Amino acid sequence: MTAPLPFATAPAPHVVAPSSVGRVMRQVLYALVPTVALHVVFFGPGLLIQIVLGVVTALAAEAAALRLRGKPLPPFLLDGSAIITAVLLALCLPPLAPWWLVVSGVAFAILLAKHLFGGLGANPFNPAMVGYAVLLVSFPARLLQWLPPNVAGFEPAALSFGETLTTIFTGMPPARFTWDAITSPTPLDALRTDLALGMTMGEAHANALFSAFGGRGWEWINLATLAGGGWLLALRIIRWQIPVAMLTALFVCASIMSAADPGEYAGPLFHLTSGASLLGAFFIATDPVSAATSGRGKLIYGAGIGVLTYVIRTWGGYPDGVAFAVLIMNLAVPLIDRYTIPRIYGHAR
Amino acid sequence: MAKPGVRGGLRLDAHKERSTAQALRAASPAKTLVLPLDQHAGAPAVPLIKPGERVLCGQPIAEPGGTVSAWLHSPASGTIAAIEPRPAPHRLGAPSLSIVVANDGRDERHAESARAAFDQLSPEQLRELIARGGIVGLGGAVFPTAAKLNSALRVQDLRLLINGAECEPYISCDDMLMRERARDIVFGARVLLHALTAQSCVVAIEDDTPQAAAALEAAIADAHDGRIQLRRVASIYPAGGERQLITAIFDVEVPSGALPADVNTVCLNVGTAAAVAHWIRDAQPLTSRIVTVTGDGVLEQRNLDVPLGTPLAALIYDCGGYTSRMSRLIMGGSMMGQSLPHDDMPVIKATNCIIAASALDLQPRAAEMPCIRCGNCSEVCPAVLLPQQLHWYAAARDLDALEMYGLADCIECGCCDYVCPSQIPLAECFRDMKPALNERLAARSSADAARARFEARTARLERIESEQLAALAKKRQELTKKSS
Amino acid sequence: MLPALLTMVALAAAAGAAAALATRRSNEDKERLIDEIDALLPQTQCGRCTFSGCRPYAAALANGEANIDQCPPGGNATATALAKMLGHEPRPVDPRYGSVPARPLVAWIDESACIGCVKCIQACPVDAIVGASRFMHTVIAAQCTGCELCIPPCPVDCIVMRPAPA
Repeated sequence: MTAPLPFATAPAPHVVAPSSVGRVMRQVLYALVPTVALHVVFFGPGLLIQIVLGVVTALAAEAAALRLRGKPLPPFLLDGSAIITAVLLALCLPPLAPWWLVVSGVAFAILLAKHLFGGLGANPFNPAMVGYAVLLVSFPARLLQWLPPNVAGFEPAALSFGETLTTIFTGMPPARFTWDAITSPTPLDALRTDLALGMTMGEAHANALFSAFGGRGWEWINLATLAGGGWLLALRIIRWQIPVAMLTALFVCASIMSAADPGEYAGPLFHLTSGASLLGAFFIATDPVSAATSGRGKLIYGAGIGVLTYVIRTWGGYPDGVAFAVLIMNLAVPLIDRYTIPRIYGHAR
Repeated sequence: MAKPGVRGGLRLDAHKERSTAQALRAASPAKTLVLPLDQHAGAPAVPLIKPGERVLCGQPIAEPGGTVSAWLHSPASGTIAAIEPRPAPHRLGAPSLSIVVANDGRDERHAESARAAFDQLSPEQLRELIARGGIVGLGGAVFPTAAKLNSALRVQDLRLLINGAECEPYISCDDMLMRERARDIVFGARVLLHALTAQSCVVAIEDDTPQAAAALEAAIADAHDGRIQLRRVASIYPAGGERQLITAIFDVEVPSGALPADVNTVCLNVGTAAAVAHWIRDAQPLTSRIVTVTGDGVLEQRNLDVPLGTPLAALIYDCGGYTSRMSRLIMGGSMMGQSLPHDDMPVIKATNCIIAASALDLQPRAAEMPCIRCGNCSEVCPAVLLPQQLHWYAAARDLDALEMYGLADCIECGCCDYVCPSQIPLAECFRDMKPALNERLAARSSADAARARFEARTARLERIESEQLAALAKKRQELTKKSS
Repeated sequence: MLPALLTMVALAAAAGAAAALATRRSNEDKERLIDEIDALLPQTQCGRCTFSGCRPYAAALANGEANIDQCPPGGNATATALAKMLGHEPRPVDPRYGSVPARPLVAWIDESACIGCVKCIQACPVDAIVGASRFMHTVIAAQCTGCELCIPPCPVDCIVMRPAPA
C-alpha cells in the first residue's frame, strides 16, 4: 500500500459553533442602540459625547493594562467588553457632566475593577458599576445635575451641539445660563426630595417631570431598553432568570409598600420604569462574569438585586439603588454559587 | 407528552445523507489484515497460533487473556505472517501487539460444529457460546458482551435496551444496519433475551431515521415476539449515550459510578445484536463490521461491510481514494472521534466510522479567550455539570473541587466545547484531568480497604483476648469451686 | 456619636458570640470530626506519628493534642489537607517523624531466607502477610500499606521495601 501519510491531528470535537466573545459583545452593543437613540432625543447629544470620551478612555486604559500585564493586544483590545463598560457608565452619567467625570470613572472601572483582578472573565464586581459607585461617592452633586426632558410642558435650555461640547469640556455652562437654569433632577431624585419635604406621593407626582406611570421621557427610554433586552433574550445572549427575578422582586416590594401606604411609597410601575431598573435588569445585572452561575443561583441573585434596589431607593441615601444593589450581590455570588450547584446526573439529591 | 429526549444536548447537522445514499456493499478484500490483540476492553487476547501457520476464515486465533477479555477470529483464510507490534488506531498510532494475516484470497471457511437452536440451550450455555464468538460492544466501547451479560446475572426483572440511537454526526453505520439487516437485529435481541432471562426489550432509535424505523417495525412484526418494541427518541446529540438513553426510555437515572445493571437494564448496540445473530444463527464469529466512510476528503462516501484488520489506507482506496481537499483523518464521529496521524492502521472492532475531513467538514477553533462565564456550556451538558467551574478548578489542579463538581461523571461528549464563545477546548481539558482524579480516587479506595482490614484485625485480636480472659476466668472459678 | 459607637460595638460582640457558639462542637460532632480527619489519612497504620494507628492520631488532632505535620506516608498533600480542614497554617511534614517516600513502597519477603516464624505476620497491622508457623510467608503487595512494622521483628532480616508494582 502507499507509505503512511502524515495527517495533522487535533483533539475532539472537530466542529465547534462559530461563536466568539466579540460576537456576544457586539450583540449587546446593538441592543443598546435604541436606548442611546431615545436618550439623545429626550436629553440632547451630550450622551454621545460622553460615550465617545468613555470609549476612547476605555480602549486606552485597556491597552495600557494589557501591555503592563504582558498580554497580546489583539484579540483582547477589540473584544468589545471594554466598550460596553464605557457605554453603560456613560448612560448612568448626566449628559452635561464634565469630561473628567466619565474619563476617571471609566479608567477606574477598566484598570482597577477589571484588570487588577485578572482581566476579562476574572472580575468579581461589575466594572461599570464600580466606576459609577466611585464617582457617586466622590462627586455626588455632579451626578445629580441632569437635564429636563425634551417634552411638551418643559422649556429645555436649547443648547446647540457646540455649546454642549464646550460645557462638557470646560465644566461650565454657556455664559447666558447658570447651572440651575439648565439642569433638573431625575424623577427619582425629585421624588426623594419632595417626600423628604413632607409632600405626599400624589403631590410629588404633580410635578411636570412625571407622567401617568413614570418619569416623562424616561418611560420611552426604558421601553427602548426593554426592546433591546428582549432582543438579547431572543438571541439567547442573556438568560431570562436575572431580568425576571430582579424586576419581579422590585415589582413585589413596590406593590406591597405602596398598597400599605400609597402616600408615602411609589407604585410598582413607577419603580420599574424609572432610573436604571430596566437597564440594570437587562444589561448591567446580566454581566455574566460577575453574576451567579446556575439557573437557580441567577434567580436568587436577580431577586436580591431587585429587593436591594427598592430598599436603597426608599430608605437609603441615594436616589437610585441599582449600582450598589448590583455590587452588594456581586459580593454574595460565591456563596450563592456554593449553595446552588445543580444536582448532577446520577447523584442523589 | 413530549418525546423522550436527553437533557441539554445539541441539535447538530447530521451529515449522513451522502453516506446513506447507496446500499451496503462488501469492502474489497485486502492483502494483509492486522489484528491488534487489545482491540477490546479488558485484558488483551492471547494468541493461539504461531507465525507461519495456516488459518481459515472464522478460525479462532486468540483466546481471552482474563475474566474480562474476548476471543479473536481470523477474518480471512491465509497464513499468519507475523505476531508483532503494529501501529494501532485505538492507541493513536502507537504500536500494539497484533496478529498479521496474509490473505490468500481463497476465503476458505473454518467449519463450526453443529449446534442446537439457541432456545434449546440454557441461558448459561448461551452466554458461554456468545463469548466464543468474540462478540464485543460494537457501539464503540468494545466491552466484551459475555462479561456484560454475566455481570447482570443476579438482577431481577431485567430489561434489554438495544441502542440504535446513532446521535453523533457523520456516523451512519447503525442506520444502514437497521435499514438492511433489521431481521438480524431482532433475532439477536431474542437470543439476548434468552441469555439474560429477561422479559422485555426496547429497541431505541432517533426520530430522524424513518427507513430504519420502518424496517425494524416490519422485522419486529414478523418475529411475532411481543416482548420487543420499538421506541423513538428526539434526535438530540448525545441521545445515544448509554446513560442518557436509559433515562430517556425508562425514566430512571443510572447512579454515578454504578452500571446500567444496577437499574435493571442491559444496554447493547444494534451492531452487537446483529453480531450475536450472525454467530448464534449462522455460526459466523465477529470477523467484520459495517464502517461508514465519509467526509469531503474521500471520493465516495458510503457504508461498507469491512473485514476486521483491513488497513485504513486500503479502505479509503476502496472508496475512490482521497480528494485533494483531504485534511484530517478521524476515527469516529465529529464530536468524539479521534484524529489519526496516518492511515497505515487497521479497522478494529471499535471502528464505526472513518471521516476523511476537509476544511468543509471541520470547524477549527479561533484563538482561545478567557472564560466569560456565559453559561452556554452548563446549559447543554447532558450530565448536568458546570463545565465553567470544572475548567476553573482544572486550571488550579484542585482535585477536591473537581471531584465535588463531578468531573468523574463527564461523558466527554463535547457539547460544552461546541457552544463556548471563548473557544476553550473544554473536553480536552477534562480528558487531561481525569487520570489525576482517578489516581486520587484509587488511592482513597485502597486506604479505605486498609482501614477495614486494620479494624477487622483489631477486632479479631480483641475477641481472642476476651475469649482467653473468659476461659481463664472460668478455669479460676472451677478451681476455686474444687478447692472449696 | 456615642450611641452609634455603642451600637456598633454591641453588634460586633453579638456577631462574635454567635460565631463562637456556632463553632462549638458537641460530642457527636467530635466523633464526626475524627471520622473526617481519619478519612484524609493514608491508613498506613505505621505509628510514625507517635500514635498507635491512624485513628488515634485523628483523635489527637481533633483534640488539639497533635500537629498536622506528623504523617510521612501521607506526605505534604495530606499535611496541607489537614491544615485546610482544621484551619491551621499549612506546613510540610516534619522530618523528625520520618521521610516522605518518593513513591509507594511495599514489603517483600526474601523467601529463600524466611524461617516461617510468624513474627512479621503478627506485626502487620492490616493482615497483608499470609503464612503460618513453619510455612512460607509472603506479602500480598496489593494490600501492603508500606508501614514497615514487619521489618524490625524479623529475626533473619529477610524483609526489604521495594517499589509497589504498577
